Amino acid sequence: MLKLIVGRFLVGVPTLLAVSVCVFGIVRLIPGDPARLLAGDFATEQIVDELRQRWRLNDPLPVQYAAYLGGLVRGDLGRSITTSTPVLTELTERFLRTLELAVAAIAVAAFVGIAAGIVSAIRRATLVDYLATALALTGISTPIFWSGLILILLFSVTLEWLPAGGTGTLRHLVLPAVSLGLFGAGVLARQTRSGLLEVLGQDFVRTARAKGLPERLVVIKHALKNAMIPVVTVLGDQFGRLLGGAILTETVFSWPGMGRYLIDAISQRDYPAVQGAILVFAGAVVLINLLVDLSYGALDPRVRPE
Amino acid sequence: MSQTWRRLVRHGGARFGATVALTFAVVALLAPWVAPYDPEAIALGSNLIGPSWHHPFGTDSLGRDVLSRTIWGARISLTIGFVSVGLAMLGGVPLGTVSAWVGGWTDRTLMRAVDVLVSFPTILLAIVVITIFGPGLGHAMLAIGVAQVPLYARLTRAAVLRVKAQNFVESARASGAGEWRIVLRHVLPNCLPPLLVQSTLLFATAILSAAYLGFLGLGAQPPTPEWGTMLAKARDFLRTAPHISIFPGLTILVTVLGLNLLGDGLRDVLDPQTAT
Repeated sequence: MLKLIVGRFLVGVPTLLAVSVCVFGIVRLIPGDPARLLAGDFATEQIVDELRQRWRLNDPLPVQYAAYLGGLVRGDLGRSITTSTPVLTELTERFLRTLELAVAAIAVAAFVGIAAGIVSAIRRATLVDYLATALALTGISTPIFWSGLILILLFSVTLEWLPAGGTGTLRHLVLPAVSLGLFGAGVLARQTRSGLLEVLGQDFVRTARAKGLPERLVVIKHALKNAMIPVVTVLGDQFGRLLGGAILTETVFSWPGMGRYLIDAISQRDYPAVQGAILVFAGAVVLINLLVDLSYGALDPRVRPE
Repeated sequence: MSQTWRRLVRHGGARFGATVALTFAVVALLAPWVAPYDPEAIALGSNLIGPSWHHPFGTDSLGRDVLSRTIWGARISLTIGFVSVGLAMLGGVPLGTVSAWVGGWTDRTLMRAVDVLVSFPTILLAIVVITIFGPGLGHAMLAIGVAQVPLYARLTRAAVLRVKAQNFVESARASGAGEWRIVLRHVLPNCLPPLLVQSTLLFATAILSAAYLGFLGLGAQPPTPEWGTMLAKARDFLRTAPHISIFPGLTILVTVLGLNLLGDGLRDVLDPQTAT
């Protein structure tokens, strides 16, 4: 297990470095003076010059990258052009908000998706199966932002049960989490169904049935445990994708997370904020994948290196 | 081939999906003739009217006919699908082929990079491209195409590796065919089934991604009748005129659902090894 942890970390570090190179490259690839882009259209020449010296923008690219990386290590992501606040300070709270939304959404996705997948597999080729399969495919095909709009229309505008936006209470979290979670639920339902069907056809399940175990025990104790291994991978993969989807959900529900921050920053051409938000998003995805790999290793001893 | 066709016709999901996809394509191609109104004709006197015989999907905040805009939106989505998927194939197929054929460290390095890129959400990769090039429909198509390159590279590699191990490749080599001739004439044509399946599914993803970018204000810009862009504006009138949010969204849902069903059906018939 230790070998797996070390191995995955050794892969994770270059990945994070590659992400930092990409983010570093964004401002350099946009036509125009990077110092001006990082200072904003209304900054004085003096501020532009200060930034040019701070980030060593007159030096060759490797030196610039070293200065950028040095800043990252110290937690310096630059200052937002629009608010003059350090980007790291602005991102910290927003990151927690996005995490809150993503965790709630993955809980919805896991609960709905796995339950639907199990029911679908057990009641194979019945009306319940067809209905669950159709709903799973609908979940995958529904635009994330549109399911948000429809939920607002139903539960906020028509029934007036839940707030349409904002944060603060659990009631504020329900609609965004359901809207974001439905997509993942579709993917998980399909994976659970196909995984469980495959396992249910195997010899050890037949043995369990042959020795007279009740069907409920056969499914829960024997089949489900084995079918869950690929589901965990998909769950982890979906968590990373939910972070991408959060950009849309946050826009629909005025949720003050990183996604909305990133979109606002792009529209205001606030490049230090854009760089910071993309870096944190990508870093979070890398970290989640790392954790998924590790949990996979803990669940299935076969993937651990010898 | 006729047997494959028969199995495809018998597949309920594929049949429904193909009908939706075909309707979508025909409506998109015939948009100038089937749309009842000019999609950009503003009529401020008749704005935000609910569905009626004259305007089955109602009118938007500027009095434009939502049905006509949705029909023209199909044309834009069809273009987005073809251009994005085309770009992704153009980048991904050669990369995957080289990776599988050359092998060794080239393969390891390329696939390591692909693994990392595939793990990022498409929307995030597309946003990075948009940040560099700026918003707009053309850039959105480029962004989605670039974001899908790693998926094609991975899929092509797997397909080439499978075909590469087969006897007819060895026979071609024994008969004196050059490496490139073997790849182009013998290997790639046999990799088409999984690529076709994936293209159908990625066509759906491309339409969704373009709608996402449009909704975020990073894709097609108003007054272009792109579905996501229309919904971004419609959101402001969710309480007073929900119909302008419902119909374009429902159209995206049905189109994407149809393409996904068609993709699933094609996979069941053409590429059963990867079918779930």
